[in-house]
Amino acid sequence: MKKVITYYLRPYYARMAFGFVIKFVGTIMDLCLPWILAYMIDTVIPQGKQGDIFFWGVVMFICSVLALVFNVIANRMASRVARDTTRAVRHDLFERIMWLSHSQTDRFTKPSLISRLTTDTYNVHQMLGRVQRLGVRAPILIVGGILVTLTLDPVLTLVLVSVMPVIAFITIYVSKKSIPMYTALQAAVDQFVRIIREDVAGIRVIKALSKTDYEKEKYDAVNKEVVGRERKADTTMAVVNPSMNMFLNLGLVFVVLAGAYRVNAGLCEVGKILAFLTYFTIILNAMINISKMFVIISKAVASADRIVEVIEAPPEMLCGVFERLENEDAFIRFDHVSFSYKGGEPDVEDISFALKRGETLGILGATGSGKSTIAQLLMRFYDADSGAVYIGGEDIRSIETKALRDKFGVVFQNDTLFEQSITENIRLGRQLSDEQVKEAVLYARAKEFVEEKGRGYDKLVNIRGANLSGGQKQRVLIARALAAHPEILVLDDSSSALDYKTDAALRHELAEHFRDTTKVIIAQRISSVMYADHILVLDDGKMIGYGTHDELMENCEIYREISVSQIGEGEGA
Amino acid sequence: MADKQNQKYEKPKNRKGTMLRLGAYMMKYKFMLLLALALTVGSNVMALIGPMLSGYAIDAIELGEGKVDFPRVFYYAGLMVVFYLFSSLLSYALAVLMINISRKVVYRMRHDVFHRLLELPVGYFDTHQTGDIISRISYDIDTVNTSLSNDIVQILTTVITVIGALFMMVVISPKLVLIFAFTVPLSIVITKYLTSKTRPMFRLRSRKLGELNGFVEEMISGQKTLKAYNQEENTIARFDGKNEEAVEAYYKAEYYGSVVGPSVNFVNNLSLTLVSTFGAFLFLHGQLSVGKISSFVLYARKFSGPINEAANIISELQSALAAAERVFNMIDELPEPADSENAIALEHTDGDVRLENVSFGYNNDITVIKNLNLHAARGKLVAVVGPTGAGKTTLINLLMRFYDIDDGNIYVDNNDIRDITRSSLRRSYAMVLQDTWLFQGTIFENIAYGRADATYDEVVAAAKAAKIHSYIKRLPDGYDTILTDDGTNISKGQKQLLTIARAMLMDARMLILDEATSNVDTRTEIQIQQAMRRLMEDKTCFVIAHRLSTIKNADVILVVNHGEIVEQGSHKELMAKKGFYSQLYNAQFE
Repeated sequence: MKKVITYYLRPYYARMAFGFVIKFVGTIMDLCLPWILAYMIDTVIPQGKQGDIFFWGVVMFICSVLALVFNVIANRMASRVARDTTRAVRHDLFERIMWLSHSQTDRFTKPSLISRLTTDTYNVHQMLGRVQRLGVRAPILIVGGILVTLTLDPVLTLVLVSVMPVIAFITIYVSKKSIPMYTALQAAVDQFVRIIREDVAGIRVIKALSKTDYEKEKYDAVNKEVVGRERKADTTMAVVNPSMNMFLNLGLVFVVLAGAYRVNAGLCEVGKILAFLTYFTIILNAMINISKMFVIISKAVASADRIVEVIEAPPEMLCGVFERLENEDAFIRFDHVSFSYKGGEPDVEDISFALKRGETLGILGATGSGKSTIAQLLMRFYDADSGAVYIGGEDIRSIETKALRDKFGVVFQNDTLFEQSITENIRLGRQLSDEQVKEAVLYARAKEFVEEKGRGYDKLVNIRGANLSGGQKQRVLIARALAAHPEILVLDDSSSALDYKTDAALRHELAEHFRDTTKVIIAQRISSVMYADHILVLDDGKMIGYGTHDELMENCEIYREISVSQIGEGEGA
Repeated sequence: MADKQNQKYEKPKNRKGTMLRLGAYMMKYKFMLLLALALTVGSNVMALIGPMLSGYAIDAIELGEGKVDFPRVFYYAGLMVVFYLFSSLLSYALAVLMINISRKVVYRMRHDVFHRLLELPVGYFDTHQTGDIISRISYDIDTVNTSLSNDIVQILTTVITVIGALFMMVVISPKLVLIFAFTVPLSIVITKYLTSKTRPMFRLRSRKLGELNGFVEEMISGQKTLKAYNQEENTIARFDGKNEEAVEAYYKAEYYGSVVGPSVNFVNNLSLTLVSTFGAFLFLHGQLSVGKISSFVLYARKFSGPINEAANIISELQSALAAAERVFNMIDELPEPADSENAIALEHTDGDVRLENVSFGYNNDITVIKNLNLHAARGKLVAVVGPTGAGKTTLINLLMRFYDIDDGNIYVDNNDIRDITRSSLRRSYAMVLQDTWLFQGTIFENIAYGRADATYDEVVAAAKAAKIHSYIKRLPDGYDTILTDDGTNISKGQKQLLTIARAMLMDARMLILDEATSNVDTRTEIQIQQAMRRLMEDKTCFVIAHRLSTIKNADVILVVNHGEIVEQGSHKELMAKKGFYSQLYNAQFE
């Protein structure tokens, strides 16, 4: 919260101050009215002068108009400050999220990041607007009220003010207690987001297995949890208002008692006590208004802390200075690379290989043997625990991330299509001409269905690519990877949904038009990798074979096994 | 994709309707509401007693210097303490009561909207952004909630005091009350005008926030891809556009909404001005005493205070209504049509599936399946092959009744599937899809998902058969390892093995395998083949695969191209034909 006030609101301090002054004037105008009214009733009307009555009537009217105008202007300014601040907070949060490293995203979890960006920024926005709009009048009334009572009888005022510390203590104590509750509430909201995302993604399976009731129950449990936490936090905060009320009124009782002694002693008049009571009512109402705001503030504090936690997450995966390899003839080199996602047993261990520019590496291995991990390390989504990865002789940790990623065209295992046109999905924000896109579509063997009747390049891809078949999705993704003629192409099991014919045609295109592109192809099918310059066979994170197809057929038992099972004894070799 | 099934009827944007429906939610808690009303009345009456007591105390002081009647002062002071204690307890009880009511309402709404969500046809999910759905369930309902717990009491208070004060004023001076006959309609007109102006703004604000959520959800889901293509900055720029729209919509609604408060206040001030001025003239004509003007003004102010407060929360009420509208719109989405009245529940299926002249298209303009005839007798293996995008997955959508066919009939055991309850039809299939789906939960729960009563041993047996047991055993928590949705510790192939284990646990007569092992390496595939065969034994199987080796021994192979069955027969027959199939088959050795 501190950061929101000292950093994000700072540019608007002047505007807020100005808005405050305007609001102040407007409120004073508003407050003048009853005062003029009292003056009219007490003084002007008994005198019975028509002119005077008319004059003061006009004054009251002017005050009303000014109050209207000033309050509207001040509200507008307050809303603007809230808007601009929220815009900046949300921008910074999203920006930081985009730059979070993979392991940071894993730690925060995506549902939580989503709810921080949405409900949490919303809570802050709401608070900023409301406190500015409604938070001015009440303090003015309180301070003003106390000042007036001071002129009436300072001693009685002191008696009343003496309950203030108790009230302040209760308010602060309860708010402090409720903030962690609101934080816990937001964490439960994360679970909400998770379940909805999960069920939307898995709706077919859920329906197929008739598990809708089960999912509903699961959701209801989270719903109960959220509602329970909301209730707990709100009920805690609900203590503030009545206790404030009670202590202030107790203060009033003390005032009456003290007043009795003072009147008895001739130090005070009854009329003053009466007036005192009137002002007391004003102070009381103002305090109640303030207490209402504490709910919003506590909630916003919890949310702001969640936002700032992300914004201030330390940058990871920075560029460093590492030694260059001299006389390097390989374009990509893995040098004894080991890595573990969770810091336990390594997921890949002691991986070494070298590729010249334009060469193709095929990676083959059992499910879960670490094939994708190698691609992730090559693109520096994670840093190796030991060993190093070099591109063009440079340690990738010394290459600026942008420059590094610019070299790549990639299709991941679970890659994403966005709800945009096919062209936009292929272009993905890069400066690519329509020709380049069309060319890529051709190479990726997607031309046929893209240009099919009723589709076309501008056809919108549905959410999660739902209006494309598995193979069509993969071909659009491959077109995306090829479109910029990357230096390095990474295809992570991305032809699994292609039929053999298409897969073979794609290989021809790659060999013909992407000669200078160094290719890393992860596959299950031996036919996808058998013509590669180097083939890496992985088992349980370790290299158990490295060489060409013929070499591996000779000396790698597992490779031969796979090959035989897929294409038979004689045909392939 | 789902244009057809999502033909939404345009819902009238009806504020009264929304209010009534919200009211209906609250009426479920009639007695609590009545209690709340009683407490509100009580606390308002209390608000009058307090000053009365202090008045008595002051009367006792009024006797003047040295004559103060202390016993009486103490008596009333004591009463005041008791009274305030009581009234604070009362208002706390009221607050807690309101919190409870609004929580119950909110729970109900979230419940209804989510339950409806899961009943929607699958097509809905292909055309609606997850983020927007999330936004309705979290933000929109939240907004309703805030408004319910705070604003209702305020409105009740307003109504009570206004009626009370109005009554008192009529008693004092019916003539002066005439002023209100002018100003009250004026404030109503102003409020009505302003709210009609701002209503679309609040709607826009909810919608824009939903869009922003949709965008955020999509981008964060695809973060890895965006990073790989250096799209961080572009995405941030696009986000800024959405963000701008959202904050601007918020600002407009808030600003124009906040005009209502000062405006109503202005009318109130105006009536005070008029009251004092005309009151003065009445006094001049001897029709009213100063004392009466004074008390009239006092009540007039009592009157304007709560109205002001109410006007201030009008914008909140409006945003709550706009939000509720979005929630109700979702609840009103058409669910999958109900099962036909005399639909039967399949219990023991033989697994005889027959398709007759089936045609289907997602949109009316493209027919994906044309006039398909197929008979899969009990225990037969039907393989579907063909180039990608030829409509293979569509067939599954139809068999499972995710979509209803346009023409023709599908029979299971000679029952038209439209005469079978959806849930029993779907349960009679076991299914392994290419897009594996696991949820956050333990591995055990994920495998046992299709059969809630599965024992530990059964789950282990299934995992062993699917060759994933040894992997699971190596995890620190074994079968209790919790899978997270973005889990990095599990590859896609492993996910497929888990879903295969899930299918193995199920006791269904029909089996659908859609590229079930596309991401599993061949060695593992061979290892699980035996288990797969056992899984397929005695079952009617529909297999979609690209690795033609896996389907060689199918009873019937359907070769689909451009939505039509171009060839149909066994592997041998089709190879002998030297048609499309043999081309496809040979292509894998090129």
